[in-house]
Formats: sequence, structure tokens, C-alpha cells
Amino acid sequence: MITVDDDLLREMYRRMSRIRKFEDTTKELLLAGELYGAFHTSTGQESSILKTRNALRIHDSMVGTHRSHGHPIGKGAQLDRLLAELMGKETGVNQGKGGSMHLSDFSIGSLGETSIVGSGLPVATGAALAYKMRGDDNVSLCFFGDGASNQGTFHESLNLAAIWKLPVVYVCENNGYGELTSAKDAISVEDISIRAVGYDMPGVTVDGQDVLAVFEAVSEAVDRARRGDGPSLVETKTYRFENHAVGRLPEHYRSSEEVEYWRTERDPLALFHQVLIERGFDEQQIDDLDAAVSEEIVAAIEFARQSPAPPPEAAFTHLFSPSAG
Amino acid sequence: MRTVSYIQAVTEAMTEEMERDESVFIMGEDVAWNMMGDCTGLVEKFGTERVRNTPISEAGFVGAGAGAAMVGMRPIVHMLIAPFMYVAFDQIVSIIAKSTYTYGGQARLPITLRAPMMYGVSNAAQHSDRPYATLMTIPGLKLIAPATPHDAKGMLKAAIRDDNPVITFEDRSLWGQSSEVPDGELIVPLGQAAVRREGTDVTVVTVAGAITLGLAAAEQLASEGVSAEVIDLRSIVPMDTDTILESVAKTGRLLIADPAHEMGSVASEISAVVAQHGFWSLQAPIARVTTPHTHMPFNADLEKVLLPNTDKIVAEARALME
Ligand SMILES: Cc1ncc(C[n+]2csc(CCOP(=O)(O)OP(=O)(O)O)c2C)c(N)n1
Ligand SMILES: [Mg+2]
Repeated sequence: MITVDDDLLREMYRRMSRIRKFEDTTKELLLAGELYGAFHTSTGQESSILKTRNALRIHDSMVGTHRSHGHPIGKGAQLDRLLAELMGKETGVNQGKGGSMHLSDFSIGSLGETSIVGSGLPVATGAALAYKMRGDDNVSLCFFGDGASNQGTFHESLNLAAIWKLPVVYVCENNGYGELTSAKDAISVEDISIRAVGYDMPGVTVDGQDVLAVFEAVSEAVDRARRGDGPSLVETKTYRFENHAVGRLPEHYRSSEEVEYWRTERDPLALFHQVLIERGFDEQQIDDLDAAVSEEIVAAIEFARQSPAPPPEAAFTHLFSPSAG
Repeated sequence: MRTVSYIQAVTEAMTEEMERDESVFIMGEDVAWNMMGDCTGLVEKFGTERVRNTPISEAGFVGAGAGAAMVGMRPIVHMLIAPFMYVAFDQIVSIIAKSTYTYGGQARLPITLRAPMMYGVSNAAQHSDRPYATLMTIPGLKLIAPATPHDAKGMLKAAIRDDNPVITFEDRSLWGQSSEVPDGELIVPLGQAAVRREGTDVTVVTVAGAITLGLAAAEQLASEGVSAEVIDLRSIVPMDTDTILESVAKTGRLLIADPAHEMGSVASEISAVVAQHGFWSLQAPIARVTTPHTHMPFNADLEKVLLPNTDKIVAEARALME
């Protein structure tokens, strides 16, 4: 059992709140026409994607997906440069080149969010290979969805990590759908974690709406990786509250009752709020945390709006890195 | 005659071929959910056996399409968007393109890959490629880019009936465009370019969605006294170089408008063919209006200036006339 003290609880709540408010804000800005592009939000999945500093260190790396607004936030990224990126501004983390599906912040160890489903798994595996070869005790964290677990890259990566005993933790956020197709119709097993058996690594499934359960499972896997005991697969059962992409696509593939159930009964923020109260926090303390986050969001929007657009010649920069040789 | 949109024409082609031939089926991500709106009515008519949702496993289901084709089915494999073909590249190159040849003619691969292309809509580098030129370097694949509802229907039907692998690049900037399509059976043979507007001063060959720009440019050039002949390439492999060479023999000038990256492009290939076989007809250098050799950025303004547009075509054509 991993102990979680009040400071850590507060920090967890703060990060979840930052993700929720960031997503709510960006959705509004998108629908108002201020943001654009294919836009996949992680509202509802906050506790699955949260990686507080006690589980992960700054030098540990992570790789995300097309649905990765929240992942860098979960690892501690500043909101202003993320929002600026969504506006395509020069001050954005990708300098306006990446947008919503590639939001990444290398300064906090995010090696990029990649929008080709399954393409991040080998990258996270390779980072772990480097850590092992160099004898660092860094850990590589790999986020991907249920849908991605059907790509060859998932199976190839898990096998590589297992035979080489790499310090990597594969976190599968199973939100029940890949685009419009239910995981039930697309995946051969009920629990994706069972696929770990085929690669001789530990696999666990946890309630993805319970941030403490996720924290415990991921912390255990990270510790194991750091000790040199090899990779693990953690599956978080979660749900995305919004449609696959905001403002697009039909939503006839799932019932409104189902969405309503998750929104009202299984909201990770509401559930965690309850936990905080049980652990002795009062409403005022939680309100204060939320208020501070709201202020940060307002400042981030202001920063993004004020930031300059990239100059036209930026279309040709960054094709290659400046060569050191 | 009826007025039909490009996307409806695609749906009609698939529906008619599935009605006509039991061995035709479609598979791909979310096709039974009609996610993109191009599979309207298919699952209601043919059921989920023949309108088959796949997991996100492009290498697997593209290769499975090849296997099914080898034993007599005629799969239509929906790629969602063209760059997702990269995930299945080995199956496309090593199996689909090469099996007929490698097995000495024993294998037949009547498979159609539908590859819609989205670019110029801020989807950033990974989602916005127009990869026909990449595939053009591989023998054994037929590549088409129908640019009108008429051709979207007739060429897709021809592709499905073809006993060879055909990849059809559907420019999503054309999906919403409507024009006349005849009632009844419509087959447009592959391998033929179409002269969309006759002219005498400059030949403008367009690839995929560039047809819209080429025709608009021709209209503008006409008002300036320049007569442009606009050729819609339609079929990339095999390429109808005769029609292009004949036109250049008449006009003496060539401009190619191709939304893909310039290096090693379809525009480059046409330029080489005309330089080699039409050299003595040319009165000016060949012009290419393409996308420069950089990735598609997310920022909408940055992306927009990279892509071909009507003004660029007009300016280049004017320069050829000087
Ligand atoms: C290789 C590839 N195929 C298809 C797509 C289109 N696509 C984008 S997201 C997505 C669903 C991914 O499902 P999952 O891995 O469960 O992640 P989720 O969206 O649920 O977070 C698909 C099919 C893609 N981006 N890349
Ligand atoms: Mg999913």
C-alpha cells in the first residue's frame, strides 16, 4: 500500500482540476471558432492520465496520443504554452506546428504526442532501451488507447520490452471505444491487461475513475521498472465524456443514458472530491484549489491570445535539427 | 442525368458493385457506422458481414484484403485517410504490388484501397499527406485520383472490377462538389486523362483537387487573353502521357498543378516525360505549382500559403507567356 499524504492529495486534485478546466475551456474556444483542427478531449479520463511527481520524476519520459491535452498537464506542464499551441501561436509548445493532436512539452519529459494510432508505443520502448543501456534509472511511460492495443506496434513493443527487460510502463486508457467502434466488437479480450500474459509481464486492470487506484498501480509498475525488474501493462477502465472529436462526427454509436451514467455517477473529479472530504478537507479548501486553477486558465488564454503568430518562413524551419558537427 | 455530389457518387459506385457481385465487400474502421458519410445505406442493405468494421490494425486488415482477393473476393478497403496506409506499407508494397509478378502470374489481386486525402484543414503533418507520388514509385499498383462526381463513380466501379490492385485517392476538398452523372451503368476506363477545357496557349495539367484551381485559373487567364487548356489527369498509373503530349504539341507551354510535395512528384514525372518526348514543342520552361518540400504545419495561415492556389497558377502561366 502506498501512502498518500495531504500534500499529495492536494496536488493530485489540483492537476485533475487543471486538466478538466483546460479541456472545458478549449472546447468552448473551439466551438466559438477561436481554436481549430481535429480536437480530441480527455474529459472524464482525468484520473487515468494523472501522473503526479511522486509516481514520476521530471527526467522520466512519457509518450502520448491524439488525445493528449491532459497528459503533459498531468506531468506538470504550464497551461499557457499548451493553449498557445492550440491557437497555432509561435509561443506554443510546438511553435504552432503541431496543434491539438501533437501537443507536447519536452521540458517536462513529454517526448511528443503522436496522432497515428499505435505509433507511440515503439518510441516509448526505445526511450526505455536508452535508459537501460546508459544505466540511468529513468522510466518511460507510454499512454495509448484500447484501440491502439490492436495495432502490431503494441504487440511488437511489449515483446521487445519483455525480452530486453526495459524500464517502461504501458498505460492503456480503455475508454470503451476507438472512434465509434466499441472495444467489445474490436478487441478479443474483455480486459486488455490479460494480453500482458503473452509477453510474460505483469498486467493489471484498475478502475480508471479512481485516481488513488490508478496512482497505486502505476506507482508499483514504475517502481518495478526503476528497480530493473522490467516492463508492466496497466489498464485503466475509463470513459470519455465528449464525442470522439469535439464538434464532429455522429454520436449514434453510444446511448445518451450511457454517457449520462458516466457523467453523473462516474465522474473522476466528483469521486475524488468525495475522497478529499472523507480525508478531512473542507469545501472551502477545494474551492480555493479550483479558483487558483481558474485564474491560471484565464492567464493562459490571455497569454495565448496576445502571442504572435509564427512568421511565414516558420513553415520551413525545423525540418532538420541544426547539426552539431 | 442527375446532379450528384462526389461523395454520393462514391456511395453509388460501391452500392451498385456490391449488388452486382457477391464477392465485393468493404472493410475498414467504422465503415458500418458510416462515420465519414460515404457509406450511407450500405450496412442496411448488405449487413455487417459485407460492410465490416475492423479494429485499428491497418497492416492486418489491408493484408487480409490481399489474402481474400487472392482466393477470389473483391475487397474494397477503406483507409479512412491516405496516410494511414503507411501503417500497412509492407502489405501494400511487398504483397499487394508484387504477388502477381513474384508468383509468375498465378496470383490475382482484385483489391481496391480507398484513400481519402485531407489537407489544408489544419490536421498537421501526420494526417495531411497526399502520398500518391510515394506509391507511384512502386510498380504493380494502379493509382487513380478521380476529380468529378462522374469519374468518382465510373472510375471506382472500374477499379472494383479491375483484376489488379487499384488505390483511389479521393480529394476530400471535392467530396462536397456536385455535377451531372448519367442514370444507369457508368464505367470510366482507367488510364485516360480528360481535357476539361480546350485552349491554345498553355496546357495546365491538374492532379486530384487541383482541378478546381486549374479551371478557375483558366477562367481568369481567358479574361486576360490567355487561352489555357486544362487536363484533369484522373489516372496517375497508368498515366495518359499521349493526351498531355498532344496538348503540349498544340500549346507549346506546360504547367502542372499538383497538391503534393514537389520533390519526386507526379508533376515531376510529367515534366520529365514532356522534357524527353515533347522537348521540341516547348516554347518556355515547364512550370510546376506544387507544395514545397516541407511538412504541413498545424497553423492554418502557414499551411495555406504552402498549397497550390489559383493565383499561383495564374502567375506561373502568365510568366510562361512572356
Ligand atoms: C493508424 C491510424 N488509424 C486510424 C486513425 C484514426 N483514428 C484516430 S483516433 C482513433 C481511435 C483510437 O482509439 P483508441 O486507441 O481507443 O483511443 P481513444 O480515441 O479512445 O482515446 C482512430 C481510429 C489514426 N489516427 N491512425
Ligand atoms: Mg479508446
